[in-house]
Amino acid sequence: MNITLVIIFGFLAFVLFLGILARRGKDMDLEQWTVGGRGFGSILVMILLAGEIYSTSTFLGNSGWAYGIGGPALYGLAFAALGYLFSYWVYPAVWRYGTKHRLVSQADFYVKKYNSPILGVIVSIVGVLALIPFLVLQLKGLGIIVSTTSYGAISPTIAVWIGAIAVTVYVMISGIHGSVWTAVLKDIMIAGVALFLGIYIPIHYFGGLQPMFEAVDAVKPNFLTLPSQGMGASWFISTVILTTLGFYMWPQTFGSAYAAKNAKTLRKNAFILPLYGALSIGVLFVGYTAIVQVPGLQGPEMDLALLKLSMKTFDPWFVGVIGAAGLLTALVPGSMILMSSATLLAKNVYKHFVPSTTDQQIISIAKILVPVLALIAVYFTLTGGNTIVALLLMGYSMVTQLAPSFFASLMKNKFVTKQGAIAGIIAGLAIVGYTTLTKATIGTLFPAFPQVIKDLNVGLIAVLINIIVMIGVSLVTKAASAHGEEEIEAA
Amino acid sequence: MKPIYFLALIPVIALLGGPFWANSMTPYILGMPLFFFWNFSWLILTSLVVFLIYKLDPINKEEGSEE
Repeated sequence: MNITLVIIFGFLAFVLFLGILARRGKDMDLEQWTVGGRGFGSILVMILLAGEIYSTSTFLGNSGWAYGIGGPALYGLAFAALGYLFSYWVYPAVWRYGTKHRLVSQADFYVKKYNSPILGVIVSIVGVLALIPFLVLQLKGLGIIVSTTSYGAISPTIAVWIGAIAVTVYVMISGIHGSVWTAVLKDIMIAGVALFLGIYIPIHYFGGLQPMFEAVDAVKPNFLTLPSQGMGASWFISTVILTTLGFYMWPQTFGSAYAAKNAKTLRKNAFILPLYGALSIGVLFVGYTAIVQVPGLQGPEMDLALLKLSMKTFDPWFVGVIGAAGLLTALVPGSMILMSSATLLAKNVYKHFVPSTTDQQIISIAKILVPVLALIAVYFTLTGGNTIVALLLMGYSMVTQLAPSFFASLMKNKFVTKQGAIAGIIAGLAIVGYTTLTKATIGTLFPAFPQVIKDLNVGLIAVLINIIVMIGVSLVTKAASAHGEEEIEAA
Repeated sequence: MKPIYFLALIPVIALLGGPFWANSMTPYILGMPLFFFWNFSWLILTSLVVFLIYKLDPINKEEGSEE
């Protein structure tokens, strides 16, 4: 075992210890376990929300995309800006409704708004489906960190298993309180590492920022702009819109919003978090430097760019610190995801079919589901060959299908019916499922369309179809209910 | 809809329009290529816009610790 791994595993042990400490002295009822008793102030909520957003996808994924894809990777900055901008209104709306009705999960929100338990079941299933690629990418990140920094001693497969076991154990012992305190540690470390690397690496190799960018431009001309086709302007814009809509739709985001003490806390976060997000450009600088310094990483290997460059640049002990920061950026969101998915399935799917289930039983079932979900994620991690950002965008395409009925439910004029909401979600998800499985794009489906349309992110097309179906079915069911109430009762 | 909320349109237009008028390596600003600088600076400026909205929005003064 080398010094790098000793440091990484040392951090892992410390984090598990923090999780155990956080649990002590707290009665873990369902509300405690999931929304932390609704008493979190600005800082804690900020950390929770940031913890979810700044995950492995930032650390390894964004540097990898900066390395392999170039200019289009900047969608992340635009989306962070717009996501937080609208969170000023969206999160307080979620919080207000959630607190008023003592909601615990995202599905509860839809059940209450549309007065439809079956919609809650569907929302839960969509949420879990979307979380799986998100969980897979965290495990993938953990695997990459452990196996790369072991200098080959630990195989990627074993590294993924170690990561999955660590996340599972961590969630089972601590629930949300553990996440908060590890998140504190993680956010300090990731911000420090990103800032340091972003300043040090370009200076170390090129003497400054502009020489670094010029060196990249010399190797790959115009790589840091959008290409005229493929991931061009229409891809960029449609992806930013898609991810901004999906930003609020993650099940764990609802949990974090409910955990806030008041709405002002959430509004304050809307201008604090983008500044924290701005630190992530350090990670992009690392990816750009790697283009020149560690060329030749192909396909999914691009996710290794940051670590490979770190290993080339620093002593093994410091690679250990970077690896530990990376480990935490996967562990914290990974644990949130596992907990959210397990709670969703237990409370909003299982309980729907077995209404006599008590809160205590829901916790027990959720705890059984945690390792089951982790195993499913391990399976997909070991069999899939996608890059981290591709997995992230896949999750976004799915979870964004919940956005149309969510935003419709916030409107004063409630014209969308529960049937409309359900039909829209299913239609959108069907398109996402079809295009994911067949790897279809608008270009392959409609080769005759102009390039601008062909390059649109297919997830956004699914959202548009979702909206059309939602409105169409709502109009029909509204008309039917005007005819006679009994028809609706039957449906 | 409070008029101050329309400030939110500025970052939306700036960021979604970026690919049309800022998609270039040159000029370099503060050492960064134009397209990079555009997206990065609008992330910071968006935070500033939200801060303005937050300060000017009466809802954040009316509410005590209750909301």
